Amino acid sequence: MDDMYRELILEHYRNPQNYGTLAEPTFEAEGQNPLCGDELHVQVAIDDEGRVGEVRFTGQGCAISQASMSILTDELVGKTLDDVAAMTREDIVELIGIDLTPVRLKCALLGLVVVKMGMHEHAGTTAPAGWEGVDEISWGAG
Amino acid sequence: MIESPAPAAPGAVPALDPERISADFPILAAGPNTGRRLAFLDSAASAMKPRAVIDSLRATYEGAYANVHRGVYAHAATATANFEAVREQVRALLNARTPREVIFTRGTTEAINLVAYSWGRTNLGPGDIVLTTELEHHSNLVPWQQACAATGGELRFIPVDDDGVLDVSDLDSLVAGGTLRMVAVVHASNSLGTITPLDLVVPWAKAQGSLVLVDGAQSVPHTSVDVQALGIDFLAFSGHKLMGPTGAGALWGREELLAEMPPWQFGGEMIRRVEYAGATFNDLPWKFEAGTPAIAEVIGMGAAIEYLTGLGLDAVHAHEVQLVRYGHERLLEVPGLRVLGPALGEPRGGVLSFTLEGTHPHDIATLLDTQDVNVRAGHHCTQPLMKRLGIHATARASVYAYNTREDVDRLIDGLGEVRRVFGLT
Repeated sequence: MDDMYRELILEHYRNPQNYGTLAEPTFEAEGQNPLCGDELHVQVAIDDEGRVGEVRFTGQGCAISQASMSILTDELVGKTLDDVAAMTREDIVELIGIDLTPVRLKCALLGLVVVKMGMHEHAGTTAPAGWEGVDEISWGAG
Repeated sequence: MIESPAPAAPGAVPALDPERISADFPILAAGPNTGRRLAFLDSAASAMKPRAVIDSLRATYEGAYANVHRGVYAHAATATANFEAVREQVRALLNARTPREVIFTRGTTEAINLVAYSWGRTNLGPGDIVLTTELEHHSNLVPWQQACAATGGELRFIPVDDDGVLDVSDLDSLVAGGTLRMVAVVHASNSLGTITPLDLVVPWAKAQGSLVLVDGAQSVPHTSVDVQALGIDFLAFSGHKLMGPTGAGALWGREELLAEMPPWQFGGEMIRRVEYAGATFNDLPWKFEAGTPAIAEVIGMGAAIEYLTGLGLDAVHAHEVQLVRYGHERLLEVPGLRVLGPALGEPRGGVLSFTLEGTHPHDIATLLDTQDVNVRAGHHCTQPLMKRLGIHATARASVYAYNTREDVDRLIDGLGEVRRVFGLT
């Protein structure tokens, strides 16, 4: 029964990494998955070299959404914004290592979508049309 | 043509045999994940289909299909007769006075939209009140929001308490300062199972000179509904929730009201005479049925009604009351589990909505699915209600004639597994 909820997911759900808030984020964003009611608020601080220095998030929702965000925060630190922009849904699926139905995949993708939307808002650019998951997720500025 | 169980003796409510009934539903035999019987506990979203309905669709397409009402050849005449026969079946199901009061729609949502558009846009204005409840499915909320926004009418709400039970103790104060024109209420809540006390609300509404529309999506499939005895004006329901195909449902309305209401969609079927400069419209009920209807689906809905009335709606209701009480008792045994809606022993539809401390409803539903136990998780198209109750989502198990105690037991066992996976034991 628990194949879909590998220990990795449950561990991050119970003990989320980088949970909390930053005093001086470079940018932040929040998003909801209205289907499930998953919510995430993400803050990112960029260091002097233009890399992700610190990430914090708060939120509530299902284990998949919250654990995927937690796993993603570990992955983001040290990346340039170009690196982050290049991340895909496949990267997330690989990171969490479980097969998901399309509905639950949106839960897993919420974190990356929120981070990317924050980046676009920070840069003053428009999010790419048709980016997987964007259609179903509603946005609020941080 | 359609096999259905022997009708019940008058006066008696025989016990249903859900095992035997299940044999009529091919999809229940084996779940996709385990091969075990599918413990399908999501009929409030859409019911599974008996072989009689599946056979009816096939019989229409293979034996007597054509567009209805105008064709002169044999298949067209047979299809029209089969289609119109369902209007009489719906009339009988609801104890309406005449089949002219039965308008086929795509389902409950379209039926309510029909009234909100046709009646609402014509009759509402500033100072007028539409009263609904805080329980409503979005389908009986958003159409009235739009009708009020378009006309200057005001939408007000019968409140629920913290358990999701309607508070009807002071209805008069809810309509102070305006004219009550429409009470549009759910009969049985899809989200919580709460039953609206129509025996109290309808006479009160009538004393105010108001019309009453009832959302019967969760009641018509599960219990006897008599529109004349209820004393209401409109009732909407969906065929797919009463074991029929998707895409077919009905609006029932009192003939004198429907006769005065203007059409809301225009085109073929609903006209009497058309010239380039204008048109006159067909009689009831066809003036509200623009375009080619869902022919095979409506005929399939007729097969579903025949099947259900063969089981006996009173017997279906009695079975569900017993099963939902059993499920309620068993759910209360699960540590950290909260059942929303009416307390144990209070009137409740066939719905059990719950939260489990330390888990999210979507995780519950995903884990139960691995055991071929199907429940719904989410806001159940009642976002304002979830907000009112201070929650984001619930897991929801709902029962029908084919559900057994074993289905409920598998839900409870599955919840034990959920607790184990999440380290709650």
